[in-house]
Order: sequence, then C-alpha cells, then structure tokens
Amino acid sequence: MKAIPAKRSGVWHQVVSRPRGALALAILGFLYFCALFAPFLAPYGPGDQDLRRTYHPPTSLTWTRRGLAVRLYENADPSQALYRPIPGRTAVIRWLPIGHPYRLFGLFPCRRHLFGVEPPQKVYLLGSDSIGRDVFSRLLYGAQVSLSIGLIGISISLGVGLVAGGLAGYFGGWFDSVVMRTTELLMAIPGLYLLLALRGAFASQFGSGEVYLLIVIILSFLGWSGAARVVRGLALSLRAQTFVDAAIVTGLSPWRILWRHLLPNLASYLLIAAALSIPGYILGEAALSFLGIGIQEPSASWGLMLAQAQEMKVFMCNFWWLLTPGAAVFVTVAAFNLLGDTLRDVIDPHFRTGDR
Amino acid sequence: MPDSTPSSPSPDPADRSPVLLEVEELVVRYPLPGGFFRRSRRFVEPVQGVSFRIRAGQTVGLVGESGSGKTTIGKAVVRLVPPHSGAIRYRQERIDLLSGARLRPYRKRVQMIFQDPHNSLNPRLTIARIVGEPLEIHFPALRAAERRDRAAQLLARVGLPADSLDRYPHEFSGGQRQRIGIARALAVEPELLVCDEPVSALDVSVQAQIVNLLQDLQQDLGLAYLFISHDLAVVEHLSDEVLVLHEGKIVEAAPAEELYRNPKNEYTRKLLASIPSL
Repeated sequence: MKAIPAKRSGVWHQVVSRPRGALALAILGFLYFCALFAPFLAPYGPGDQDLRRTYHPPTSLTWTRRGLAVRLYENADPSQALYRPIPGRTAVIRWLPIGHPYRLFGLFPCRRHLFGVEPPQKVYLLGSDSIGRDVFSRLLYGAQVSLSIGLIGISISLGVGLVAGGLAGYFGGWFDSVVMRTTELLMAIPGLYLLLALRGAFASQFGSGEVYLLIVIILSFLGWSGAARVVRGLALSLRAQTFVDAAIVTGLSPWRILWRHLLPNLASYLLIAAALSIPGYILGEAALSFLGIGIQEPSASWGLMLAQAQEMKVFMCNFWWLLTPGAAVFVTVAAFNLLGDTLRDVIDPHFRTGDR
Repeated sequence: MPDSTPSSPSPDPADRSPVLLEVEELVVRYPLPGGFFRRSRRFVEPVQGVSFRIRAGQTVGLVGESGSGKTTIGKAVVRLVPPHSGAIRYRQERIDLLSGARLRPYRKRVQMIFQDPHNSLNPRLTIARIVGEPLEIHFPALRAAERRDRAAQLLARVGLPADSLDRYPHEFSGGQRQRIGIARALAVEPELLVCDEPVSALDVSVQAQIVNLLQDLQQDLGLAYLFISHDLAVVEHLSDEVLVLHEGKIVEAAPAEELYRNPKNEYTRKLLASIPSL
C-alpha cells in the first residue's frame, strides 16, 4: 500500500511546495488582490483628468521629517511635457484619506483610499497619461477587466467544451460527428480574423458593460472548440475503462455516469486547461481594446491603455510609464503559464486513471 | 456444432432448481470500421449462435482460448453489448428486448465481476461510494448512514476491514480490489453473478483466496455463477457444468467431472492436454 495523500489536497500541496508553482500563485494572488481592492488601492478614479499635468513622470518618493512624501514638480516645457522637481518642496503622503466615493466589491459605499496627498497636489506613482489621468490608478482598474475576463471566459468555454465534448465522446454517433465537424470549422479559421469579424458583425456603439460581455462571449465562442476536442478524447478513453462498464451494469443512468464517473476524472485536465488557456483571453481582450474595438474610453483596460502608447510623442519623449500595462499583461500571462505548467507536472503522473 | 445440447443428463440436484438464465442461439456481431460515412457492410461475429442455461445456485463454467468469445457472451448477458440475434431470457422474460430504465429490475438480479481489478474501480471515489452506489440505485429508501452500514457489512462479508470505507482504490492490492468488486456486485443482492476471468489478473495464492470466497458466497447466498475463464483447473474446481467455446461456438457442454474425465470433442481434448501439470 502506497501512502499517496488524497488527490485534491495533494495537488495543492505539491503546487505550493514547488518554487515555480509558489511563485506563480503568489504573483496571481497579488494581482487578483489588487484587482479586487482596486478602488481602495487607487488614489484616483479611472477617469479623473488633470489637463495641467499631462504626461507627468512618476513622482519620486522621499523621506521628510513629517513622514513619507512625494516631490513636487513644475512644468518646465509644456510643449515637450518636461517636468522638473522643485527643490525642497514636497507633499506628505496621507494614509487612508477621504477621496472620491466608490463601492467596494460593487456593494459597500466607501470614501477611504489607501493613500493620497492634499488635493491641489497629486501623487503619480506611475506617471500620468495624455490627459493627466493617473496611470497607477488606471492600471488597477484595468486589472479588474483584464483579469476577470479570463476567468469568466474560461468558465464559459470550458463549460461548453465539457458538455459538448463529454457527450460527443460518451455517446458517439451523429452528435459526435456534428460537434467535431463544428470544432474543426472553427479551428480552421485563423483566430484573430474571426475575432475581428465577429466583433465587426455587432454594432460599434455599446456601453462599457455591454462591450465587456460581448468580448467574453466572442472569446468563449472561439475558445470552446479546443477544450471540446480534448474532453471528447478523454471521455472516449474513460468510456472504455471497466469502471464505466461496472456503472452501467449497476444500472446507473448515462447522466449519472457522466457526472459521477467521467467528470471527476476529467477535473485535473480541466484545471490544467483552464490555467493554460486564460492567457489567451487576457491577450484577446488586450488585442481588441488595443485596436479600439474592445473596452471603450473612459473605462480602463490594459489593452486600451497600451493603445495610448502608440502615440508618437510617447516614443519621442520616452514616456516609458505608459508601457506599464504591457508589463502587467506580460507578468500575468507568464504567471498563468507557469501555474499551468506546474499543475501539469504535478497532475500528469496521476492523470492515468489506471492508478500507478 | 457437435455436442451442443446445453442440458445434460446429470443426477445433480441443481437440475431441479428453476432455470434463471436461458440463452438461445445468441449471435453478437460488430461492424468493422470502414467506408467514408462509417457505413460498413463487413462484420466480425465473436459469438455465433450460442445456447445454454443456468439454474439457480448452479455454476456454469465457460472456457476457451482468448478470442473465442467468452467475454463477449458475458457482456451480452449483462447487456453491455447488444445481441444481434437470438434470445436471452431471465426467469422466462426476454431481457434482450429491454433497455434503459426497464432493464433496472434485471440489473438488480444479475451482476458482474470484472477481470481487471485495477480498472474496474473508479480511482476518484472512496470505497464507501463505490460499494454504496448500487444501494443508491436499487435501494433508494436507504438513508446515507444506512447505506454506509450496509457497505461496511458487505466489506466484512468479502473479508475487508471496516476502515476500508474511506480509502481510495489505489490503496489496495489487486486481490483486495477484486474483493471490493465482489462487494459491489453483492450489494444489490443478486441471484446470478457473471464472473469474467475474476482471478486471472491475480497472483496464484490470491487466486485461491478469491475462488474460495466465491464458493463460500455461493453456499451462503445460493448464488448462481457464469464463470468465464481460460484456466481449466479453476473452472473444473468450481463448475457444475462446463461449456467449451471455440471460435464463437460451443463445441462441448457437459457436467464438469464428465468433461474432464472423458472429453468427447477434439478441441476439448487439445485444450485439456494444454494444462500444465505441476
């Protein structure tokens, strides 16, 4: 008798005990925490403009007798957006100040923010954009869109893929043929063009929430086929296992067999597939928003913020802080891939149902 | 088809007990893959017109080399594969014509023990759930705690400790898993067990234990067995009557002692000669 711990906790423990898995989980945990508490962590709203401080560089922090403070800047050359720190002048950072109102988790009305400075002055941890909005705040609000779109998208597409692929693999026959030919059709069309065509097929004037929903639906529509194919294959091989025969002889209905005997054996695959597919959704949203047909101003998303970095002035004057959304996308995608790879390393040895 | 008459003149008292299962001219046919739209006109017939009957409390052995159609017959009897033609009757009722929920009363009476103890238990379920599942289906009135008690009783009946309930199949050896499979089959309180090579994947020492367990259960519960095996020694030990299968047809059917003492068919003689003597 081997001492293998129960599967579910085993996976969690093994992922955490591996450096790469722990790192990926820590990064993702931090990112999702930031997205969840974005309105609290962000000193300003996503649309708060300040036209006297466009392309403001990140304010540097100093330590003064009154505590942590930010330097104040003067606009030396408005045409080139050149700012210089004013020697000796600082604004103290205040903790938990009252700021613009918001609803935490969309529920609890609240006015406190984590930090801020006395109102005429501004703190720009990551600089400001072309209309003086705080990039740091927008990055946090953008994380809400970019990080949630992956989770919602993957839930829908894996759900559809699981049902379609599972039924196709278990029952076979004409349903199998129809589902598989449909996935092949979807996969034969290059993804980005199909994405653009589907987006173009809908009217361009939508509210932010509707566009968000539309993007999720389009991305899921493209994404389910891959999941369906793999689930079908797994269902086919599980179907041939003797314990499914045993369940039939016992008198279980096909639905119960699917639910109780096939699904738990697919769970580990679904976990890996989810972790490895989420980057596709994040990148898909970023691509659509970057091209101007995704999330619309004044809402924030990482792709939309990157679109601003296309401006010539950003390159000429080296406003590097406008590229931070790109870094955020990079880190998120890398972390999800790292997590997916670690999960696969952990689960794959156990993956075969004939336990070894 | 020489000597294929299923009934035999035997003084066995089991002959007076009622016939449970009656298989008549059973043919199982699989289409061969081929053709663009998967409409194939070519077939294989692993079972070509097989007839036999099993009485209550009787053990019928089914022997033959691999590929002779033994397992397919067992699977047809429990309706895992559809018969192409012929009839399967259980207590005079045609069960080959039933499907879905209407098969359920039959499923309560006829269960199966599988060859491979590693694949026949779902690795993600605890033993309590594996053994409790038939109870859920066929004894829906039982509450969860009662099901658990019943599962513990069944495990005790097959010689497993009660603390097995919350463990997973991979924590057990092959012989123990086969015992779990037997407990699952017994859960519905069946009359007939189809044993598809139940010991051939096990060590010789464990084989004897499982065979003895099956004999004990038969004595205590009055079970009938359709015992499928390529191991003639085990079949001789267990069976009242033996059917010899060759290329999908029964070539000889006789009471066990008679068949082993005086095989009439050429193929049976060859098969018997191939038993390694220790």
